[in-house]
Amino acid sequence: MNGFLSPALQDLLVDASVETAEMVLAAAGIAVLLGLPLALGLVLTAPRGLAESAWVNRPLGLLVNAVRSVPFIILMVAIIPLTRLLAGTSIGTEAAIVPLAIAATAFIARLFETALTGVDAGLIEAAQSMGASRMQIITKVLIPESAPGLIAATTVTLVSLVGYSAMAGAIGGGGLGDLGIRFGYQRFMPTVMAVVVGLLIVVVQALQSAGDALVRRLSHTR
Amino acid sequence: MPDTDTMIRLQDLRRVFAGGQAALDGVSLTVPAGRIFGVVGRSGAGKSTLLRCVNLLERPDSGRVSVAGADLLALDRTALSAARGRIGMVFQHFNLLSRRTAAENIALPLEIAGQSASDIAGRVSELLALVGLADRADAYPAQLSGGQKQRVGIARALANRPSLMLCDEATSALDPETTGDILRLIADLRHKLGLTVLLITHEMVVVKAICDDVAVMEHGRIIEQGRVFDVFTRPSHPTTQRFVAEVIGTGLPESTLARLPVPGPDAERQLLRLLFAGPSSTHAVISEASRRFGIDINIISGRIDEIGTEPFGTMAVAVYGSRDALADATRWMRDIGIGVETLTPEPAA
Repeated sequence: MNGFLSPALQDLLVDASVETAEMVLAAAGIAVLLGLPLALGLVLTAPRGLAESAWVNRPLGLLVNAVRSVPFIILMVAIIPLTRLLAGTSIGTEAAIVPLAIAATAFIARLFETALTGVDAGLIEAAQSMGASRMQIITKVLIPESAPGLIAATTVTLVSLVGYSAMAGAIGGGGLGDLGIRFGYQRFMPTVMAVVVGLLIVVVQALQSAGDALVRRLSHTR
Repeated sequence: MPDTDTMIRLQDLRRVFAGGQAALDGVSLTVPAGRIFGVVGRSGAGKSTLLRCVNLLERPDSGRVSVAGADLLALDRTALSAARGRIGMVFQHFNLLSRRTAAENIALPLEIAGQSASDIAGRVSELLALVGLADRADAYPAQLSGGQKQRVGIARALANRPSLMLCDEATSALDPETTGDILRLIADLRHKLGLTVLLITHEMVVVKAICDDVAVMEHGRIIEQGRVFDVFTRPSHPTTQRFVAEVIGTGLPESTLARLPVPGPDAERQLLRLLFAGPSSTHAVISEASRRFGIDINIISGRIDEIGTEPFGTMAVAVYGSRDALADATRWMRDIGIGVETLTPEPAA
């Protein structure tokens, strides 16, 4: 890259890439860990579900919808007190992970819910006829059978997070998007913008291809 | 009172779905141990709900469900799970887990029952051999034919050595030849393992092929039941007669009807189906009836059929004679144990 980007800019680019990776991976990790139980809760308590309960299902659904209704840039600012409580600060990469994780959890919960609902009711009935407990139905039928869908949902979430993380600059989160705005746009450096955009395209492509390959390996429907 | 000869006793089951339609409208049914019992009916007759009440996948609004002497409705969740584990179930659409191989699918009920991995491995190979799939252990359901999938489904149902197997339209998704294979397998397993089988179907051929007893359902009620041979040879309810006609063919094409001789001035014509089952087969019925009552009998068709291993013959005839002679002849034939039904012309297909 001799002369193409100054060494200082090259350093900034590496730092920004690391920050983006940190934000996306941490938020996605948290989203999967919280989103799966949330999605299971939604599916199990739904009408005709294994643990049907409108008292649980409605508030859960409402909460998920509420988070999903708020534009990310607003959510980030609106929950600053919560961010300070959880991350100890309201500025920086760590602080940006909190709103990213919250938004991604609500997002992935709905996608997981769709994947879990896609499991043929006949399979659940078959497991019940074998005397399976609800926990056994979850671990032996629901999750394994929907695994390809769960992976696809995670891929979509990762890709969306790459996009959301570009807004993290608003609270000092850094990352590739922030670099693009501050240098490529505000300082009129089209080369930086081009490199940032190119990198983001490569990252998203790589995530999508890896996700698709995993889904193919997990599917046994011919 | 525990009764070792009774496997299933359902008493006055009622189940009304949201919307007010009664799927079960007071159904009582007793299935003796070691029998293959068929419940036949059109879709919507309530047979699927009935089957699901036996292991409480569907809970009746009222009534009693007793399996192998245990009152299932009185059990708590854990005890019910254990009871279900002792009842095998086979499904129309197989319901195999797509991400498990044949062997892993058969292992599922054993895992659920908490067996050790080594016990499971041994039992799974036994079961694969039992259903003739030893060489397909590692195939995924998507790589198996319909018949093979159902064999896996049957092996899975038998994994925990149940004494009762429920079959929910187990052959309805299969072609006729494969249906025959699967039915022979079920009949064979019943003898080998001393199973009781309760199956539901909309196909009378299934009942005819392997059932000992049959109940016919319509609008959430059982309208007729008995030994398959008796129901087939002497169906009393019109719906049952239609079901039987599907298999035995009691109708008469109109083109055939048009070719029959027209009765003379003093005579009447009746179209009858005669059913020969058991001892009556020794009578020289046609010539004797003709001599005794002075009637003419025109044989249209005749065939010998078999239910289980019991043969029976049917004959379509046109009889000509005076009204009284025809009535006397019919009565006489019934007296010597021959089934007599009026044939109805059916429109050409």
